[in-house]
Amino acid sequence: MALVIEPAVILSRTLLRRHSVLPGFDLALGFTLLYLSFVVLIPLSAAFLKTFTMTWPAFVDAVASPRVMASYRLSFGASFAAALLNALFGLVVAWVLVRYDFPARRFVDALVDLPFALPTAVAGIALTALYSRNGWIGEHLPFRVSFTPVGVFVALTFIGLPFVVRTLQPVLEDLHKELEEAAATLGANRWQTFTRVLLPILTPALLTGFALAFARALGEYGSVIFIAGNMPMVSEITPLLIITKLEQYDYTGATAIAVVMLVTAFVLLLAVNGLQAWARRRQGL
Amino acid sequence: MNTAALLPASAAASAGTAPRRLRDATTEPRLVRWLLVGVALAFLTLFLFVPLGLVFAEAFKKGADVYLAAITDPDALSAVRLTLIAAGISVPLNLAFGVAAAWCIAKFDFRGKNVLLTLIDLPFSVSPVIAGLIYVLVFGLQGWFGEWLRDHDLKVIFALPGIVLATVFVTFPFVAREIIPLMQAQGTDEEEAARVLGASGWQIFRRVTLPNIKWALLYGVILCNARAMGEFGAVSVVSGHIRGLTNTMPLHIEIVYNEYQFAAAFAVASLLAGLALVTLALKFVVEQRVKAQRRVPGRTGA
Repeated sequence: MALVIEPAVILSRTLLRRHSVLPGFDLALGFTLLYLSFVVLIPLSAAFLKTFTMTWPAFVDAVASPRVMASYRLSFGASFAAALLNALFGLVVAWVLVRYDFPARRFVDALVDLPFALPTAVAGIALTALYSRNGWIGEHLPFRVSFTPVGVFVALTFIGLPFVVRTLQPVLEDLHKELEEAAATLGANRWQTFTRVLLPILTPALLTGFALAFARALGEYGSVIFIAGNMPMVSEITPLLIITKLEQYDYTGATAIAVVMLVTAFVLLLAVNGLQAWARRRQGL
Repeated sequence: MNTAALLPASAAASAGTAPRRLRDATTEPRLVRWLLVGVALAFLTLFLFVPLGLVFAEAFKKGADVYLAAITDPDALSAVRLTLIAAGISVPLNLAFGVAAAWCIAKFDFRGKNVLLTLIDLPFSVSPVIAGLIYVLVFGLQGWFGEWLRDHDLKVIFALPGIVLATVFVTFPFVAREIIPLMQAQGTDEEEAARVLGASGWQIFRRVTLPNIKWALLYGVILCNARAMGEFGAVSVVSGHIRGLTNTMPLHIEIVYNEYQFAAAFAVASLLAGLALVTLALKFVVEQRVKAQRRVPGRTGA
């Protein structure tokens, strides 16, 4: 296309839709693309290229052996359950934080982001100590949590907690009171107003928050490995299996599992983008 | 609230119904409200506040001496140093990237913009373990540049460069995604006016754009730094866990914890938990400023 061999202007000539008087487009975009390629795209492509060197049976063997399948079941199952719990309680927390006034509300609101700010290793050892047999919470429970799949669920609930709250909050804040007043005028009680009027509006954000929490939980490592016990076939999550294979110098095996997880993550990312587009259309109406 | 004030007066006067039935039609009965607040607080207490409190309780359980000994241990100190160095390199890199990316995305209209936005968010959906793995595939001994690096006596994996790369990857989108929406909302009018008045590119950025985004920028840097200092999975893969040499604070915690030195592990953990609390406090302050900034320069923001 562009035969002009002058690198500095190629970007703006070929990409810009509209001329702009502002300077710096070529430099900024050039740096952005270069940095993105070197830090993210080229290293990520290494995982896919490495997998292409495998034969199909070897790949299937690496990503579908019984031990790996058991880890998928645990990772997907526990992530799903944790995201579901977060969707339910996240809705309550977001609702309460936006709509009601209670002591220390702003303090509580600020602390909701703790799982984002607290290093995962710290969360991991704290939850393990808390839910162990003689821990503050563990000693009151009739069943074991630390070193079982339930522990994995607890850790994944912790790290996924802010996603639902933070995606719902802005939507709740923007709700027009007129809608609820109209519902009340037409004779709906509060529960009907909530289920028939408010919940449909909140659904896209709720699903987005759920998907984000689920995606984060799938890849989580630090907070889980302390509390999980890491028994093969029982409480071994998929990311840990990648590390285990690496430590055995099985680079191709580790990469094959990583590719499966990457593809899953990309599908989830697309789903989240779709959900957000849906939410925007909803709010635009 | 105001509708509540209006309705009961007239209704109660005319119909004489029991006043307890007359409440704001757009909120719940008091009992339901308190029940929901109770459920929310119980959930947050169980999953957030208690684990946080436990970190500090365990750290000081064996007294201040044990605590001090744990955090002044040479290996602990070298872990602190490495964490500071790694964050000190990766945060400025991602800051520069974030500003450059935001400048072209928010101030220009070009093809493939949405693809670029998605790609910037990509590292958030990649497991930290995989973030470490891909650098092993590129720079490890078996990797693309493995032999070349070995022949030139350079180390990336199991050394500082690998730790920095892994940290850069996991904190990649933080600054960019904080300032892009704000800069998009602010538009290009002010920058164009500055251009017409003869300002150079650097002058436009420093005098017009930067003051408009400084709080959001700081917010992004704070979040980026918190994650950079606390990253565990990605760094764990590339570090090699060499004591006193390639252990960051989270990795040091893991090693000490696995040696059953719980008080020492929680002592170092309490430093990171303190950092998390400082981060949240700064975030709170900056958030107020960002909200204020959204409302300003001549914009009819909601």
